[in-house]
Amino acid sequence: MSTADAIVIGAGHNGLVCATLLAKAGKTVTLLEANASAGGLAAPRRLQGGFTIPMAHSTPALSQTIIDDLSLTSHGLSIGPALETVGLGEDGQHVHVLGDQVTGATASDAAAYPAFRQRLLRFAKPLRKICEATLPRIGSSSLKDALIYAQGALNLRRLGKEDMEEFLRIATLPMRDLVDEHFEDPKFQALLCWDGLIGSKMAPRSPNHAVLPLLFKMGGVHGGQHCVPQGGAAGLTAALVSAAQAAGVEIRLETPVQNILVAGDDVGERAVGVALADGEELRAPMVVSSADPKTTFFSLVGATHFDVQFTARIKRYRDQGYVARYHAALDALPSIPGLDDLSGRLLIAPTFDAIEFAYDDAKYGDPAQHPVMEITFPSVHDASLAPEGKHILSANVMYAPCDERTGWSAETRARFEKAVTETLERYMPGLADLTTASELITPKDIAEAYHVSGGHWHHGEMALDQMLMMRPTYPAAQYKTQMPGLYLCGAGAHPGGGLTGLPGRNAAREILK
Amino acid sequence: MTHHDAIIIGAGHNGLTNAAYLAKAGLDVLVVEKNDYIGGAAVSREMTNGYWYSSCSYVCSMMRQVIHRDLNLTKHGLMLVPYLGTAAFGKQGETVLSYTAEGPAYNEIKRISPHDADAMMRLMADLERYSTLIRKTLLRTPPDPTSFKPRDLMELLWLAKTFWEMGEEELYEYIRFFTMSAAEFLEDYFENDFIKAMMATPGIIGTALGIYSPGSAYILLHHVMGDVDGNIGAWGLARGGMGAISNALAGALQEHGGKIRTEAGVDQITVKNGKVKGVVLENGDELTSDIVVSNLDAKRTFTKVMNKDDLPPGIHKKAKNFKIRGSSGKVNIALSGIPKFTGVPDNRYVNRGGQAFIGGLETLERAYDHWKRGEWSADPFIESVIPSAWDPTVAPAGNHWMSNFIQYCPPKLADGEWTPEKRDAFGKTVIDKIERYAPGFSNLIVHMEIRTPHEIENEVGLTEGNIFQGELTIDQLLFNRPFPGYAQYRMPVKNMYMCGSSTHPGGGVSSACGANAAREILIDLKRPNTVPEDDCYDD
Repeated sequence: MSTADAIVIGAGHNGLVCATLLAKAGKTVTLLEANASAGGLAAPRRLQGGFTIPMAHSTPALSQTIIDDLSLTSHGLSIGPALETVGLGEDGQHVHVLGDQVTGATASDAAAYPAFRQRLLRFAKPLRKICEATLPRIGSSSLKDALIYAQGALNLRRLGKEDMEEFLRIATLPMRDLVDEHFEDPKFQALLCWDGLIGSKMAPRSPNHAVLPLLFKMGGVHGGQHCVPQGGAAGLTAALVSAAQAAGVEIRLETPVQNILVAGDDVGERAVGVALADGEELRAPMVVSSADPKTTFFSLVGATHFDVQFTARIKRYRDQGYVARYHAALDALPSIPGLDDLSGRLLIAPTFDAIEFAYDDAKYGDPAQHPVMEITFPSVHDASLAPEGKHILSANVMYAPCDERTGWSAETRARFEKAVTETLERYMPGLADLTTASELITPKDIAEAYHVSGGHWHHGEMALDQMLMMRPTYPAAQYKTQMPGLYLCGAGAHPGGGLTGLPGRNAAREILK
Repeated sequence: MTHHDAIIIGAGHNGLTNAAYLAKAGLDVLVVEKNDYIGGAAVSREMTNGYWYSSCSYVCSMMRQVIHRDLNLTKHGLMLVPYLGTAAFGKQGETVLSYTAEGPAYNEIKRISPHDADAMMRLMADLERYSTLIRKTLLRTPPDPTSFKPRDLMELLWLAKTFWEMGEEELYEYIRFFTMSAAEFLEDYFENDFIKAMMATPGIIGTALGIYSPGSAYILLHHVMGDVDGNIGAWGLARGGMGAISNALAGALQEHGGKIRTEAGVDQITVKNGKVKGVVLENGDELTSDIVVSNLDAKRTFTKVMNKDDLPPGIHKKAKNFKIRGSSGKVNIALSGIPKFTGVPDNRYVNRGGQAFIGGLETLERAYDHWKRGEWSADPFIESVIPSAWDPTVAPAGNHWMSNFIQYCPPKLADGEWTPEKRDAFGKTVIDKIERYAPGFSNLIVHMEIRTPHEIENEVGLTEGNIFQGELTIDQLLFNRPFPGYAQYRMPVKNMYMCGSSTHPGGGVSSACGANAAREILIDLKRPNTVPEDDCYDD
């Protein structure tokens, strides 16, 4: 039986960040990962014929604070420039967005965009501080805690009266209304919606939960624009692993945790270590889980160790994923009429309604008949992912419910894959002939392969009632849980998902307190 | 040219309330109304011989009791009659009768699910707590969160304290309730699809959201926070139809010397040097006043009856972006007898309450999908009531009239504007659905009035026929209603105010918007504040 100061479960990016920061503070840390490679949902997959496909093809929200705190640059991380986002048109007329620059939309849209984006970036600034803070319980009567909220309110007021009023108004707007107020070009409108919706159970017309997560993302290195780190998402993972190892973290791959060990005495229960699937037991006074809340509390600890109100709250935590992934190995890059440069992030979502109606199918438990998607060609950025001259296509496809009506029968799966490939073919004529191998990964597959309840990207909906001091739920939102010795450091904790690394960082700070 | 202290545009219930309070405080007020009758959307109209339809709004619960007493509305003929329950119909023909009395209500749901019967008790207790809290804010002017004025800071502090006093756990629950969808919120309580659907329906009434749209849970609360004689969550009918409310308010106004001029639609609010001067009527008459109060919705006020050049920059755009979406229709039907609903026992008093034709959760959500596509719902949600079963004054003896509220019905169809043929086809969809639950229903029809958002807008003046004068989503509630910075009833032009449901606390026949606006006007005039602050039923 080995011992450590802390055991971190799951070598996803948050687990890596948390483990590294704990080790840097002088703790001995063991990091356990069930899969054969680190990276969690950002880890790569293989496709027949020597292709490697990253599960996360780009990142919008990586935090500069994390890069600095972990000196990731010295561990080989190069985050790469911001990607151009391209709203594809079937007719070869595309909308291109990079920074404040818009081409392909109407002149008035292009003229209005810089002010719109700059305003959102101004809003994102005070929120970045909130993302990096531990938000105290609202019931707390401590003056210090109250000051954190007062400071937040003051930072908002510092934006100025007009901006603060606008922030309070738009914070709960549906993406459609937010965008519709300023822009008129259908493709451009849909493109601007996308980042507020992707990963969630939200459509353009859904109020309340889209704008804040979008603003959270805009606190990332490129102001919310996507980028591909050198070496892809694997490059980010490699840098994180290197930083962890340099800090002295012991990383054990292919070491699935069976359960978290709990010991009781007359004071109560506490987490004392973990039992591995092979029967080995590891002891540590601190067990930190980067798994999602349901997995942590129900599968790893067990519902019987918590009071019934708490388990009821975790049970109702909404974490059904709606994004599927489609990967294809290609003999060559496809030709897209009117688009020569395929290094950007391409969106097939021509209108608000295209997204809305795709969502309408999914809300009844059916995969979208006419899916909308975000596509990149990762091999354009990293030639090592495919054999020479060949390429890979990676797509995030909306919407596909985790509990599909038929439980993703072979027939449903085939029907959905056909819908995806047919849609792609319309925008990239000849793609089918170039495809040598492909795979469709449904949220259900993600749930099973990556041990994420509901297959949700963000380990749970980024909804207002599941964010901030409520993520994942009262009273486990300050990284500590009701069980002494057990901590959360995954995307199921504030500030949530999106490859920021901040939940892991904030958790480490709380653990070290 | 006559001059008044104040001119109020629109004789809807909020306009009349506002005018009544101003008149009571000694002002010389005139209410101008475009129609030849008063009441706006709270009217009783004889559309066919002997049948008095409450053409638009049809039931009452949100009327502030304190205003009812303060303006002595009973003396002016207002009598509210609680109705005793609703029969809800599911897609397989299942029926649930809801009773206001707890015991029978519990047993009725237990028939379908014992689990849900217990859950219903829990939900009712929770809703009552949540609504008590919201009710405290109804007759208060929202604070300006960007202001450092003592009054605003005190009010913000009061709000924070009121919520904080709920206790931590309750507060988290409340945030959930405020932001979630009605259907998902009810998932936590109920197991039965039909019970969930039945309880979710108030979350979509009058709004362009579905039961699965986040934010619909708040709208549910908006519908259950009212009361009839202090009985929270109860709904009632005004004897004589909803027009009785408007008539009583007009009575109170006239008692204090206020005047009403009908068939006096306003063409333009006149402004000089950033200060309001009066109004020009559609017939060319020019009226002047110190104060102008608009009871029209925010969009209509700023884009139709005001000149863009008279407004500070930005306001016109805010008004254009104000969300006021038509989503509901109304079909009023005169009947030669009382319909017989399958599954509802004869002579049971709920048979004389309301009816809710629902289906299930999916039926409700699919009804919304149609609206999104610019179609009326093929299988709509219909909330009905037969007022004549309670009130003999609204239909000839032995006959009845039935009010049917339909969700969803778009203001514009995907294939163009409304036409009389399309309107009739919409009416037929409604009749066909009722007929499914009440065979022989169509044979009882004597007369029918079909109102799509198009008719409601044209007649009442509500933009897109939105019954709340603007969506009740968080971006348009409290200090955001109608726009941030203008939530305290004062509008960007000096001496101009708004008093309609486009202002806090929003839609419903509550009179709260009108009363709150009157308070702010009296404060500005440095007159004693005679508008009641708190509803004494709250504590």
